[in-house]
Amino acid sequence: MLFGFPLLSLIIWLPILAGIAVLATGSDRNAQLARWIALAGSILGFLVAIPLYTGFDPATSAMQFVENRSWFERFNVYYHIGVDGISMPLILLNCITTPLIVIAGWQVIQERVSQYMGTFLIMSGIINGVFASLDAMLFYVFWEASLIPMFLIIGIWGGPNRVYAAIKFFLYTLLGSLLMLVAFIYLYQLAGGSFSIEDYHQLPIPFNAQVLIFIAFLLAFAVKVPMWPVHTWLPDAHVEAPTGGSVVLAAILLKLGGYGFLRFSLPIVPDASHYLAEMMIVLSLIAVVYIYFVALMQPDMKKLVAYSSVTHMGFVTLGFFLFNAYGIEGAMVQMISHGFISGAMFLCIGVLYDRLHSRQIADYGGVVNKMPVFAAFFMLFAMANAGLPGTSGFVGEFLVIMGAVKVNFWYAFLAATTLIFGAAYTLWMYKRVIFGAVASPAVEGMQDISRREFIVLAILAAAVLWLGVYPFPLTDVMHVTVDNLLDHVGNSKL
Amino acid sequence: MQTLYLLVPIAPLIGAIVAGLFGRYIGTVWSHRVTISLVFVSFIASLIIFRDVLNGNVFNGTVYTWLVTGDTSFEIGFLIDQLSATMMVVVSLVSLMVHIYTIGYMQGDPGYQRFFSYISLFTFSMMMLVMSNNFLQLFFGWEAVGLVSYLLIGFWYTRPTAVYANLKAFLVNRVGDFGFLLGMALILMHFGTLDYAGVFAQAPEIAEKTVELVPGSSWLIITVICILLFIGAMGKSAQFPLHVWLPDSMEGPTPISALIHAATMVTAGIFMVARMSPLFELSDVALSTILVVGGITTLFMALVAIVQNDIKRVVAYSTLSQLGYMTVALGASAYSAAIFHLMTHAFFKAVLFLGAGSVIIAMHHEQNMEKMGGLKQYMPITYWTMFIAALANAGVLGFSGFFSKDAIIEAVAFADIPLAGFAYFCALAAVFVSALYTFRLLFMTFHGKPRMDEHTKSHLHESPWVVTLPLIILAIPAVGAGWLIGPIVFGDYFSNAIYVLPEHSAIEKLGAEFTGVGGMMIHALSTAPFWLSLAGILTAWYLYTVRTDIPGKIKTVCGPIYTVLDKKYYIDELYSWLFAGGTRAISTGLWKFGDMKIIDGLIVNGSAKLVAWTASLVRRFQTGYIYHYAFTMIVGVFAILTLWLY
Repeated sequence: MLFGFPLLSLIIWLPILAGIAVLATGSDRNAQLARWIALAGSILGFLVAIPLYTGFDPATSAMQFVENRSWFERFNVYYHIGVDGISMPLILLNCITTPLIVIAGWQVIQERVSQYMGTFLIMSGIINGVFASLDAMLFYVFWEASLIPMFLIIGIWGGPNRVYAAIKFFLYTLLGSLLMLVAFIYLYQLAGGSFSIEDYHQLPIPFNAQVLIFIAFLLAFAVKVPMWPVHTWLPDAHVEAPTGGSVVLAAILLKLGGYGFLRFSLPIVPDASHYLAEMMIVLSLIAVVYIYFVALMQPDMKKLVAYSSVTHMGFVTLGFFLFNAYGIEGAMVQMISHGFISGAMFLCIGVLYDRLHSRQIADYGGVVNKMPVFAAFFMLFAMANAGLPGTSGFVGEFLVIMGAVKVNFWYAFLAATTLIFGAAYTLWMYKRVIFGAVASPAVEGMQDISRREFIVLAILAAAVLWLGVYPFPLTDVMHVTVDNLLDHVGNSKL
Repeated sequence: MQTLYLLVPIAPLIGAIVAGLFGRYIGTVWSHRVTISLVFVSFIASLIIFRDVLNGNVFNGTVYTWLVTGDTSFEIGFLIDQLSATMMVVVSLVSLMVHIYTIGYMQGDPGYQRFFSYISLFTFSMMMLVMSNNFLQLFFGWEAVGLVSYLLIGFWYTRPTAVYANLKAFLVNRVGDFGFLLGMALILMHFGTLDYAGVFAQAPEIAEKTVELVPGSSWLIITVICILLFIGAMGKSAQFPLHVWLPDSMEGPTPISALIHAATMVTAGIFMVARMSPLFELSDVALSTILVVGGITTLFMALVAIVQNDIKRVVAYSTLSQLGYMTVALGASAYSAAIFHLMTHAFFKAVLFLGAGSVIIAMHHEQNMEKMGGLKQYMPITYWTMFIAALANAGVLGFSGFFSKDAIIEAVAFADIPLAGFAYFCALAAVFVSALYTFRLLFMTFHGKPRMDEHTKSHLHESPWVVTLPLIILAIPAVGAGWLIGPIVFGDYFSNAIYVLPEHSAIEKLGAEFTGVGGMMIHALSTAPFWLSLAGILTAWYLYTVRTDIPGKIKTVCGPIYTVLDKKYYIDELYSWLFAGGTRAISTGLWKFGDMKIIDGLIVNGSAKLVAWTASLVRRFQTGYIYHYAFTMIVGVFAILTLWLY
């Protein structure tokens, strides 16, 4: 409770209300007002999330900050929310990202400012709702609701091919999640009329049903993550999305898929999870290996980073299905870290795009001569993307590889090749864009980053370094929850 | 004392941050003042710690907990013993000298502050590497020095060759790191910890266990681990076939070549293997591999050095060859000799590089030795210090390189693990070649007639004191360090820091024969290395001062051999065709065919098209004309009637 308000509800609804307030400022004549309200709302949204961390008890795996109210009594649907060590860090990540997006879009967005800012704030609240939901129906509502703002962001503020990208994004993810709804309804019947996720965790389920439920969940989550081979919506969506959209997409929306595996697939259908683990590992490894190859030759920076997201998320799903603490905690750290790094990478590309209006690597060259401060930031994030120790990018990959070798040496072997190829595609891109002599008159005219851009990148840089040098506070909060999850998954539910 | 331990890496880190973030505001002079004094602090602290360690105070402790997962706790901590203390002194001394030298070398460069920031950051990273008490932190330092090396090779980022070389260096190093990381993963899996102490204590229990990586062939776990770790060392210490990045790294400013690519960073692999001696000792297969790799590197890289004309590249190939010597020593279980050579090499190779840099300044950044000659009279200090270093590099009696190299060669002769004979041959042959290329460099640069143009010639003069002082200071140990061989190599200087199995008794046997440095020198007169190095020097003298026409003739007579050496055995060409080209081909194939044709074209857009196509078919039945529906009904009725009747 914060000043008499239930904390978690505040975290969900405050950004949404702020978003509505921003929308209410109306046309672009009040653009400046819209920006300031959005900034205040997003920062407030972050501030109210701080007690979530400070008040969190890392010693228990039980849900905390729980609120439970009846919503649709007839179907036993509850407004049931709470967090554990898995969802809490993801909510924090989301709350940190939102103000950065508002700041990053401050000047870039000149049309429909209030709608842009409002949409992001509303989306932020909805995503917090996804992570906090403990009722399957509530979860489903938030889950599908999160599609709409993103659809609008790509479709309205996107690039030239935005309609194709927006529809592809929407259909891909919607198709995936419909089967999840079917699974929920089946579970509702099986549990004797309950939508409580915690009930599902305890529910015995026959093996064949488990496999079907697993596949239904898989489709929903795999598309979100995205796993190979349902990843092709992501590069298109990223390329067309405005910078802020790309950041939220990479930093937060992809994590919904990863979170889904941990909250639903593993604990609800553990036997099927074990049974199909090998398939999941192979798919993840294909995602890692296949996609870094694809990333290497991309001529478009944004596509390159989009593909790089897919390989990094491959580590996440790989980690989940190793069924050991290294793997799952590594995957969790990887999710948080990827939120910062990919967000930063997309912001960096946005900085370049704002100046030259091109995402083609070939149009750049020698940027460091004109933008040394930017080049330093970009170097840090590129290195983090390549998994350099001392940055957050290393921690997750390191733990997952440590976990993989326990299961099979060759899994670790394949996963570890990313050390070489991850560096290859990132640094090769960096070299062509940043190093060299000034490549064109357009590059000659580029200005180094503004104070506003500096603040955003500096915050992300601090986060990336802090998590790399001292990840203890992060793993500390998830430790007990993950151990408990592993225990739980170890027991058959047949 | 523990505060001092912390001070050693933290002081240069602060320097790096100050020069890097605030260099613009505090200016060039304060940037170098701050960084140099902080490295000096680090050096003094290292000396104090070194003396403390000599008194027997070994430290192993945790600084902070990095993270906890499962029931494993990863910690950042220090292990201060004879091995790390030695490295700390060598690193901080060379680093300090290079910092001072840089004032002269980088004068007027727009990236002056950035350069100081980088070399201080390097010093921090290298200290974290050598002071670590666990694999994780070692890996952190390992990659961090790689990062700084990357940044410094590409320091002059407008040069296409420099930014190509730094990417290449980073990626080749990453191949090594890939092996190292897997080795680390296996260690964590089988030992349950990454702390040296814990791992070494359990090593004997793991020694006999095997693992089947490929069904049907079982390997000793310890062998797999050691070979993987050694792959890491091959990347960092530029051993064949991962050596290709080091010659190209010469694109970086010369102080860096001296500090990172000769004296310290590239020896990290050697240090690591010596540190892991309790593991490597248990695997003869790994030791044999090391011997062979070291042997190949020693001889074949030395041969390339003979035909190079770029003064820095000669020294670079010489570094490769000397690193090969250290590797051979590791393979022969002569860890103390390897570390001893690492130490003497750090001094004399730093002098060679810094001297080469001094020449390059005088020559207005001309590096081709064919355009030099006769520099002796213009730059006496550079000449004499380089002369001393050359004698050491060639292993001439009494100079530091002689003692360390002789100890290695003798140790390999005593080693009785498989393939030691091959390594012995390589090490021996390389003695002649080393003497030849070193003195070829010296004679071509400093003797004979000046071959530079008049303009350059009129400006020739000795470098300023900030350049020559480090040369002189480093030349002292380049001569004298060798005389410490008794206690360091044969004595119990390293005590518990290095572990050797009783069966691997090469050093022990040598030690039994060792009667003192005098005895060693007298004994050397009757052995092959002494005469080989003398022959090498004489050959160089004859070919490059007396009959300078002969090298050209040899070049034409031995055309193919010369070309192969000049092209460095075509390894770069092979790699760029096979690995770079192959990767690009696979990438393009997967992207254009896999992603665009199959997944997006066939499946995603294909299913969209399928829906559209089905819809267009079905739509034909929904025309809205009553007579169409009536006609369909009649057809249906007939069909049902027919079915019903038959």
